[in-house]
Amino acid sequence: MNHPEQLDARSCVLLRLGERRFALAAEHIAELVAPSRVYRFAHRTPGIDGVILRRGRVVPVCDVAERLVGKKLTYRRFYLVATRRRGANLDWVALPVSGECELITADLTPASESDSPHVAAWLSHDGEVIEVLNLDALTPGASGEAVVPHSGTPEAHA
Amino acid sequence: MQPGATRKAQPVRTEQIILFRASSQVFAISSASVQEVRSVDGLAGSPKEIHEPSLPKVRHMFRRGERNVYVVVVTAHFGLRPSQASLIFLLRKSRTALLVDGIEKMTTMTRLQALPGAFCHEERLWYRGLTVLDQSVVPVVNPAGFLTEEELFVLDAAAVRMAEAGGPPTDEMGLNL
Repeated sequence: MNHPEQLDARSCVLLRLGERRFALAAEHIAELVAPSRVYRFAHRTPGIDGVILRRGRVVPVCDVAERLVGKKLTYRRFYLVATRRRGANLDWVALPVSGECELITADLTPASESDSPHVAAWLSHDGEVIEVLNLDALTPGASGEAVVPHSGTPEAHA
Repeated sequence: MQPGATRKAQPVRTEQIILFRASSQVFAISSASVQEVRSVDGLAGSPKEIHEPSLPKVRHMFRRGERNVYVVVVTAHFGLRPSQASLIFLLRKSRTALLVDGIEKMTTMTRLQALPGAFCHEERLWYRGLTVLDQSVVPVVNPAGFLTEEELFVLDAAAVRMAEAGGPPTDEMGLNL
């Protein structure tokens, strides 16, 4: 029997969405900030709540809780500002989280083909098996995602 | 270079913009792309109703010289709640006019930030980018994003059909909103 390959220990940030905890590779984390005003304007990308301003930079707020735990967060404790590589640039996204975040070092187990695309790997911490998130699969506009105008006229998110 | 020589400060590039309101939202448009601002009651050129089912955001057109100009209801374009529009922006070098609620103010922007990559649908055509004014984020519209060439073609065809059929009565008092 083949066991999944074990990766080296890596730094991860644990984040809480409601009752569940998830992890993100620490290299993708820019900062953890207190909730600030969310600016909203008309757009048609599902999953984007609006934008926040961080040191003059406009950062989209992507509420991934609905996709991961089935409902939007009713309480936002922090925004975890993460980065994604998009071509030569870094793309920033703010993920609302409902509790404290924790930096840990853990051994990662790679995701298998049967796992959801948003699972980059797994880690075990405090007796809990935790999904390490793949931001590209979880947030809109990852490289390669096409700009596809809708044929209909869905409600704009404003 | 002489030691201690002062470096010339880069001149800040600014762009004059008009902040306008549509429904509850504020947008910015470069003032250079707006040729005229008219009240909906004072529009010359006898606006006519146009009905093209595939483009419900366009309900009126009028003639300017030899060209048809199509009025885009900005709230409908952006999928916002309908509101009481009072002004029309006639766009420069364009056959598009915009029906908006009103002008907030004219100001200048010094920095246009690209729309973050997470926005990946029509808004990438709608906006040139975002600007920050008074600690608020304002989308800067792309004047060419309201009607594509294909949509203008469809509207021209609808206008021809309408003319051949006699067309609806002209609303001489302005746009019937």
